[in-house]
Amino acid sequence: MSLLDSFLIRATLAGLGVALAAAPLGCFVVWRRMAYFGDATAHAAILGVALSLALSINIFAGVLAVALIMALSVTTLSGRGYAMDTLLGVTAHSALAFGLVAVSFLQGVRVDLMAYLFGDILSVGRGDLALIWGGSVAVLALVGWRWQALLTATLNPDLAYAAGINPRREELVLTLALALVVAVAIKVVGVLLIGAMLIIPAATARPFAATPERMAIMAAGVAALAVLGGLQASLIYDTPAGPSIVSLAAVLFAISALARAVLGRKSRQ
Amino acid sequence: MSLVHLQGLSVRLGGHAALHHVDLAIEPGEIVTVVGPNGSGKSTLLRTIIGALAPQSGAITRKPGLRVGYVPQKLHIDPTLPMTVRRFLDLPKRASDAQAEAALTEAGAGAYSARQMAALSGGQFQRVLLARALLNAPELLILDEATQGLDQPGSAAFYQTIADLRDRLGCAVLMVSHELHVVMAASDRVICLNGHICCEGAPEHVASAPEYRALFGTGTGGALALYRHEHSHSHDHDHTHSHDHEAAE
Repeated sequence: MSLLDSFLIRATLAGLGVALAAAPLGCFVVWRRMAYFGDATAHAAILGVALSLALSINIFAGVLAVALIMALSVTTLSGRGYAMDTLLGVTAHSALAFGLVAVSFLQGVRVDLMAYLFGDILSVGRGDLALIWGGSVAVLALVGWRWQALLTATLNPDLAYAAGINPRREELVLTLALALVVAVAIKVVGVLLIGAMLIIPAATARPFAATPERMAIMAAGVAALAVLGGLQASLIYDTPAGPSIVSLAAVLFAISALARAVLGRKSRQ
Repeated sequence: MSLVHLQGLSVRLGGHAALHHVDLAIEPGEIVTVVGPNGSGKSTLLRTIIGALAPQSGAITRKPGLRVGYVPQKLHIDPTLPMTVRRFLDLPKRASDAQAEAALTEAGAGAYSARQMAALSGGQFQRVLLARALLNAPELLILDEATQGLDQPGSAAFYQTIADLRDRLGCAVLMVSHELHVVMAASDRVICLNGHICCEGAPEHVASAPEYRALFGTGTGGALALYRHEHSHSHDHDHTHSHDHEAAE
């Protein structure tokens, strides 16, 4: 009866929803050098999938819970004798391993793990669409609300303290938003490719942006382009949709890097 | 009322006592310089005052609603973060173009507005940091080794800007520095720190105090005298006058 009846339209809208939320968040991930944090949260999501299936609860809720727990524990534990990358390595891979082991216990349930690893954007339903856009809008609202404070804390924690901003709290906001994006993106690009949707658009936008805001907006544009083009390509060449989207994003990044090299150092100034 | 008042302040950093029993009050309009060897707790003291570190014991009393302008020791801006000077001045609070322009001019960074922070030289960068700190009309300006990496004339010019700002805006200044002779000449009060306050007072007093000499040797005393001598001559007359006047009040 409506536009949403078409699976392609639903897939496109789902992809755009994730792209819009992931882009500004991805900028912070790049600026704060926490690329591996996104990956680790995503790996933990597999455990969330397994637990949701075992307890027969909503997968989105399960993934969100596990991603949140993992993000919060890493944030809390960091600076207590372990380096951040060590903690991430431990939690990410152990969560993934526990997740895969847990999946093997699920008898009678045929789990299509591939769907969660690489996403299944073409099977997005109306409910999924509502969830994705709800999550994306929540992430955008959260990041928009804390934007100035997040930027100040990203620049320098002491600068934030002197202005009455608690950088630890802002870090927590970012962590929360990241967990939410991972949870909504799992259906679209899957666990293994969420990191790409966070980082590649931001990195692609960097050479052409003079301010943080422009970089976030351009990153959103790049991500949207990758979603639209990637979906078309997957339809034409019959390739998997999630990986096609990420591949196109990577091509855009290569073009951007090339342009930066051609423009020389001028583009950095 | 003092802007900031520290009573019996002790701070531990990673299990070691970085500061113990520090008593200190900063009064409106004064320039206080903290000197001390590496690891003496200078940065720890400033970071505790801005609220980045929690004291283990003792009390910090800040004047209610105290406006602090903070210039960090070193600000590393990740190359992946694009940031023009103008945008930087909007953190954490948006400033109007007129305010931004005024602060940049005040800090001697008038022409840099459209430049990327990463493209500034060390001296230009520090002046932009100073301009940002001036934006909320600070009652207390806190500078942590703000001239690190500047050459001698560069840092002398920077401290001259600080002294001029104090005279014009009437803000108190609390700063940390290695460059004893340059900094001490511009200070009303010098605090010699080494985990605790070894000695404090007027620059001449501290420079001749045995505790200070034990930490820094006797050589700097002569350099201080020499520098002050040159300083008063190179200064324009009007300014020296108003400065003396204020000091006499």
